[in-house]
Amino acid sequence: MIPGPFEYHRPGSVDEALALLARHGEDGRVIAGGHSLVPMMKLRLAAPAHLIDLRNLAELRGIREADGSLEIGAMTTQHEVIESELLQALCPILRETALMIADPQVRYCGTLGGNVANGDPGNDMPAVMQCLGASYLVRNASGQREIPARDFYEGAYFTALGEDEILTAVRIPRPPEGQGQAYEKMKRKVGDYATAAAAVALSLDGGTCSQAAIALTNLGQTPIFAEAASQALVGSSLDEAAVAEAVRLAREAADPVEDLRGPADFKRHAAGVMVQRAVARARERASA
Amino acid sequence: MSKIPVKMTVNGAAVEELVEPRLLLIHFLREKLGITGPHVGCETSHCGACTVDLDGKSVKSCTVFAVQAEGAQITTIEGMAEADGTLSALQEGFMQEHGLQCGFCTPGMITRAHRLLLENPNPTDEEIRWGLSGNLCRCTGYQNIVKAVRYAADKINAGREAAE
Repeated sequence: MIPGPFEYHRPGSVDEALALLARHGEDGRVIAGGHSLVPMMKLRLAAPAHLIDLRNLAELRGIREADGSLEIGAMTTQHEVIESELLQALCPILRETALMIADPQVRYCGTLGGNVANGDPGNDMPAVMQCLGASYLVRNASGQREIPARDFYEGAYFTALGEDEILTAVRIPRPPEGQGQAYEKMKRKVGDYATAAAAVALSLDGGTCSQAAIALTNLGQTPIFAEAASQALVGSSLDEAAVAEAVRLAREAADPVEDLRGPADFKRHAAGVMVQRAVARARERASA
Repeated sequence: MSKIPVKMTVNGAAVEELVEPRLLLIHFLREKLGITGPHVGCETSHCGACTVDLDGKSVKSCTVFAVQAEGAQITTIEGMAEADGTLSALQEGFMQEHGLQCGFCTPGMITRAHRLLLENPNPTDEEIRWGLSGNLCRCTGYQNIVKAVRYAADKINAGREAAE
């Protein structure tokens, strides 16, 4: 499979990359790890006339903790997320999720920025970012803005990212001490997208759930922040009735379509099971 | 589209070629350089037959453009044996443990396992299976592949202990 022809650019700075994007408009695409874009180009589902390679942009790399948040450069690979002791200590759901993405080879190349910016509803990190209340830092030639992950996704492959913008980093509020997190993913085999997956983060105060967030992967055209389901847990002791209500509301929030992974009703059912398991594991990991 | 120059080091040799930007690394290696160890398998980033080692990472060369490998250090199955032809511990392991049948996946398996053992010199069988989860074999059922990697790990570790 041979992709369509294109002109290749390797800018040395973000400003240079933004100038190239501005010049080429909808004919330009940035490439990071390329493990979503190159397969699309081989299938000719994408045929950018200008490919702008971000590999030399040191500004887009690195994992930092600052001002109560974790900032992860867009070019950070899934492999680097897995290897990061800082992230494992402060936000372990990222490693847990990254390990469920594709396979080792893909994770050496695939980037966090690409995973969240691409808009593919099958990608795992967007729901995790919605669960954590993260936001995306994006830049164009005239400046920078910050978009909450919960507002970023508009439809399959449609996001709030402008044609002239580059997502430069992900900013995650530092999770509160003692928060329990879990990502549960049902998939048919290594390398497949989720049949259904759920990200959960919750905190306990004594025996009472003081904060909870639930988000879903591949159960609609976008990742889904299940706000009502999250709220159903808050104030409860995470007893059977409260969890059952959260599961019911998460299933209601899901909007899956039938495909090779199963009919819509099955996926909605699986969504609830993933939520139930993720809540149980997050609870085990939370310290009261 | 005009061709552009690309330079990299493949199995220790510096190479420089003019390429179309859309040329995939697997085709660059096979067709421009005649390095045919990495195989074209699924062409969809799943099977791992095209795996090469690129700057310390196992990479599916069907999913990377040659121009993205500018300046890279690449090792393929052709670069695994010693200069005098002595097989590497992994190559020997695949032979001794019968870690292949048709052999199509073997260059990718060995190249991937090479990086796995550098990162984790004493993996459990489960870690070997997860470590090789990006490489498909349609013949063996994987049992002997896991044994072959285990064989290599044991041999390398024994050599390391003997040297200490």
